[in-house]
Amino acid sequence: MSSIVVANSLSKQYGKVNALCSLSFEVNEGEIYGIIGPDGAGKTSLFRILTTLLLPDGGNATVDGLDVVRHYREIRRRIGYMPGRFSLYPDLSVEENLQFFASIFGTTIEANYHLVADIYRQIERFSTRKAGALSGGMKQKLALSCALIHAPRVLFLDEPTTGVDPVSRKEFWEMLQKLRTEHGITILVSTPYMDEAAWCDRIALIQNGRFMQEDTPAGIVKSYKPVLWSVKSRQMHELLHDLRRFNMVKTAFSFGETYHITLSDGLSIPQLKGHLETCGHEQVEITPIAPSIEDCFMELMNQTL
Amino acid sequence: MKQFLTFVRKEFFHIFRDSRTMLILLVMPVVLTLLFGYAVTTEVKDSRVAVVDFSKDELTRRITDRLATHSYFTLCAAYENVSAAEKAFLRGEIDMVIVFPTGFAADFHHGGNTSVQLLIDGSEPNQASVRTGYTEKVMASFMQELHSGKPMSTSMQIIPEVRMLYNPQLKSEYNFVPGVIGLILMLICALMSSVSIVKEKETGTMEILLASPLPPIIIILAKLVPYFVIACTNIATILMLSYFLMGVPMAGSLFCFLGISLVYILACLSLGLLISTLVSTQLAAMLLSLLLIVPSLYFSGLAFPLESMPTALQNISSIVPARWYVSAARKLMIQGVEARHVIRELGVLTLMTFMLITISLSLFKKRLE
Repeated sequence: MSSIVVANSLSKQYGKVNALCSLSFEVNEGEIYGIIGPDGAGKTSLFRILTTLLLPDGGNATVDGLDVVRHYREIRRRIGYMPGRFSLYPDLSVEENLQFFASIFGTTIEANYHLVADIYRQIERFSTRKAGALSGGMKQKLALSCALIHAPRVLFLDEPTTGVDPVSRKEFWEMLQKLRTEHGITILVSTPYMDEAAWCDRIALIQNGRFMQEDTPAGIVKSYKPVLWSVKSRQMHELLHDLRRFNMVKTAFSFGETYHITLSDGLSIPQLKGHLETCGHEQVEITPIAPSIEDCFMELMNQTL
Repeated sequence: MKQFLTFVRKEFFHIFRDSRTMLILLVMPVVLTLLFGYAVTTEVKDSRVAVVDFSKDELTRRITDRLATHSYFTLCAAYENVSAAEKAFLRGEIDMVIVFPTGFAADFHHGGNTSVQLLIDGSEPNQASVRTGYTEKVMASFMQELHSGKPMSTSMQIIPEVRMLYNPQLKSEYNFVPGVIGLILMLICALMSSVSIVKEKETGTMEILLASPLPPIIIILAKLVPYFVIACTNIATILMLSYFLMGVPMAGSLFCFLGISLVYILACLSLGLLISTLVSTQLAAMLLSLLLIVPSLYFSGLAFPLESMPTALQNISSIVPARWYVSAARKLMIQGVEARHVIRELGVLTLMTFMLITISLSLFKKRLE
């Protein structure tokens, strides 16, 4: 498989802040590549460089074999870009928005309707409604349709699921899967939600402008070394405090309704349970648990600290 | 080309679908024109005149009648002495008192030389001087009539005759029309267009537009075209309003007037473009535009005559496009001069436009920063 996006030690500074520190990676043609990290990790800067909207301060990158600085014109023809916040015209109707974006790329809705059909059909009955009056999920579908209407080679989606309800998020990822399998479109997508990693073919975990790890979601989970335990008790609030104070507990993070912890060698589970009970905890439950991407992210962050 | 037209159509949608924008673009020019035409007038009408006549002869009666029938004066009282008239002044009942000394007619017929006293409220100097002027004119014409009956009179008097050129009735509507057009075009072409460009930056749509194959110059042109069209519509509206409703003449060539207006529109649009490259929020664009428009108002000669400004301010005014436009428009519209007399204004405006376009295009970014 050939690489359609290649980044070579990309750097970007805003004043003294390093937004990107010498990032290198390759995205294969026809894959969904997820860039996962919290707000401020450098995702948007990276996307803007790859979509020719920002100049890198160091390094270089190519999209579809074209340099993002020298051949920015040609790249702009070949990519679809959906920025982080809703960036369509709220005072134009759904159909007018789609028509406008088709036309500025020199094409028509009819010519590429097959590409957007699955997505656009879901909002077509609102085609005369103003885009500003759509719900979050529908806005996102319209934005995706507009980014797709000119049949781009690569699709750049910057945090497309932020602010969208869980059902719409799931639908959205299913649409992306379909775009990849049926139309072979390469998709670069960024998200702050770790649980969305599983939808991607490969992911990169980004923090402070650096990739901490890059692999398939399964590969990242597999490389997680420590044994992970899930802890619960009746006094959840005090529990985290007590866990972190106990020096035999290496890490403890809140994870949904439980805490995920790793232990130092030599501490057994009954010992930990006994310790917590002497601290006054009742109904202590400690169960082994398989790590998720979020656990891997936390572990990696701990290592770099 | 098709991309360009779709873009222009989209711009018109933005304008037509926002009632506030429509209000500013189409209603405000009409309101401003009517306001300046009828409300903010510098003409002095209906001056309330009182008479203190110590002579009470045939001549003073005739002069009083003459003033009373004049359309700019209303005779409202006669007082026995000056102090009574002064009290009426203080009560705000009158604007002007005319005092005839005793033996007015006798002095006039014998010595051929006599005088009247005018008491005028000087707290509004402009109005006071206009009233003085009107009264002098009334007196002068009366004297002329008196003498024309007996041309061989020994009492030859030199009567100064002041004739107002170009605007014989000193009608203020005449003067303000070019100024109002100058101001409105500045508002629409600089303020509204820069706000509309910056809006795309602020809402993030510029990001998608830049990431599209559309050349930035096309984006900018397409955004400016609707404002150009609306500006032209406004010139037509204002000209028609002033011609048909207020009777302002088009003394010179309409063609030349439209020509220089076109150049001025381009200058304003390029100023709007420059503003839009300098700021990134709509609020900042609006403030910066207003910062530029307010001096235009002062320096264009619309409100205050340039000639009475200190030289330093007059020099500053020469970098204000509106000043050159208003000057040229007045010459063409009211004085009715030939095109060659506005060559200087045309040249300056053209130069300004080229400079503004060059600067803003060099500042316009084909990327986000």
